[in-house]
Amino acid sequence: MAENNRAVLKLKEKFASSIIDVVEFRGEVTVTVKKDSIIDVLMFLKQSLQYNLLTDLTAVDYLGKKEDRFMMVYQLYSIPNKDCVRIKTPVSEADCSIPTATQVWRTANWLERETYDLFGITFDQHPDLRRILMTDDWVGHPLRKDYPLQGPDREPYKGRLS
Amino acid sequence: MATTETMTLNMGPQHPSTHGVLRLVLELDGEVIVKVTPHIGYLHRGIEKLSEHRTYHQILPLTDRLDYLAPMSNNLGYILAVEKLMDVQVPERAETIRIIMAELTRLQSHLVWIACHALDIGAMTVFIYAFRERETIMEIYELISGARMTSNFFRVGGLSQDVPDEFVKKVSDFIDVMPGYLDQYEGLLTTNPIWLKRTVGNGFISAEDAIDLGLTGPALRGSGVDWDLRRDNPYGGYEKYQFKVPVGEKCDTFDRYKVRLVEMREACKIVRQGLDRLKPGPVLADYPQVCYPPKENVYNSIEGLIHHFKIASEGFPAPEGEVYQGVEAPKGELGFYIVSDGGNKPQRFRIRPPSFVNLQSIEKMSLGTMIADLVAVIGTLDIVLGEIDR
Repeated sequence: MAENNRAVLKLKEKFASSIIDVVEFRGEVTVTVKKDSIIDVLMFLKQSLQYNLLTDLTAVDYLGKKEDRFMMVYQLYSIPNKDCVRIKTPVSEADCSIPTATQVWRTANWLERETYDLFGITFDQHPDLRRILMTDDWVGHPLRKDYPLQGPDREPYKGRLS
Repeated sequence: MATTETMTLNMGPQHPSTHGVLRLVLELDGEVIVKVTPHIGYLHRGIEKLSEHRTYHQILPLTDRLDYLAPMSNNLGYILAVEKLMDVQVPERAETIRIIMAELTRLQSHLVWIACHALDIGAMTVFIYAFRERETIMEIYELISGARMTSNFFRVGGLSQDVPDEFVKKVSDFIDVMPGYLDQYEGLLTTNPIWLKRTVGNGFISAEDAIDLGLTGPALRGSGVDWDLRRDNPYGGYEKYQFKVPVGEKCDTFDRYKVRLVEMREACKIVRQGLDRLKPGPVLADYPQVCYPPKENVYNSIEGLIHHFKIASEGFPAPEGEVYQGVEAPKGELGFYIVSDGGNKPQRFRIRPPSFVNLQSIEKMSLGTMIADLVAVIGTLDIVLGEIDR
């Protein structure tokens, strides 16, 4: 159960005021925290609870579905304890930036570049924030929900015709 | 007073030893590498974006095209994620065949790795030998799915069809001879002085650095971290199989080579155990809301045809929620993260590609070495650009 998860127990103890939500779905625990404490939470999980591997870092675009448009997602894994936890934090469109996690894990470098490239979320203090998959002169961020599937200057996608 | 200055050299994207369309901008002091800047994205097809506009069954063929050297591993990771989201129980026969195929895929991927890695370093014979064995696995692929590379054989809830009768014999014969072939490769490489000169001490990365840089799979185990998702967080029925997880000590290219070779031998053992467990039975779960109907029903009854048509065109609505499923793909941890908003298409479909994350450590591994050693580092990382660029 989510309440007995070791990460949740410790986080509730230490960051009680920052936790927005704790959800368990199909045995996976997701903790949503406030944006201003995200680096402290990640640092704490890495240093005190041995979540030493940042498996994945990405974002989700909830255009028109949530108050804060973007949600940053961090998948953490603990190699000594063989368990994982997912940390999320909302990012609004008006203030579309978040502190970088490269100071916690160096893996975050490319993953954040990809998130910047495809979602347009900027990472403060990132050592090398450039586009990674798209070309340097690309306009727009393809994984945003308001970016057309066929590209910016073509007929919009109308679904499969067959 | 003689002055020196560094030189910038472009390597790739059209270069035989960058394994696809990888471009590296090198800063060199003579022949010594001072800085490596990888440029990727030449093969970006927007699979994540495309997937957000397709139903869950329609996404499956796209996953074949990620790591095109190990299509069934990608299929497995994806369908396991969807099955977790939909809470589907898979019949035992389907589970066993999936594991047999996933391990054959591991063998296939590692065969291409050893072939290209050795070729890059100058051992051409191994390339020809390994591709000969890979051909047998491709024939098995063709036998069961009709395609050699983009197999698209697994389905949510099981398999697209049962395997033909020759399958067991063909796989069994292959597994019998494969360890002998592995001895052959080892005979050509393991004690070969040129191979040793090129790989021992090359591409060093300590365990701490490897974890910090997010390395997974054989590249991480070569640095002495004893961690394998198949054993530590079993998925898809791996808990029923016995196998060893090889671990390196010296954190160099040679140790990663040894780890992968042992992994190939262990893969043969897992396939053998799978063949022993294989019993007749259904290969698709009886869950009509999500799974395709059996083909006999589609061809022989109008209800079956309507059912098939509905699943193929409309798909199925997934409950609201999010799941992440990581599998031990040949190249490392391949993860699929699906966020569902309750519709028949994912709200967000994220692929965590092992090669993308692993490639990041190229700089750490190659600083201060020669250009020729960089080629060995690219080989030992075992990257596939289809998966990096998606």
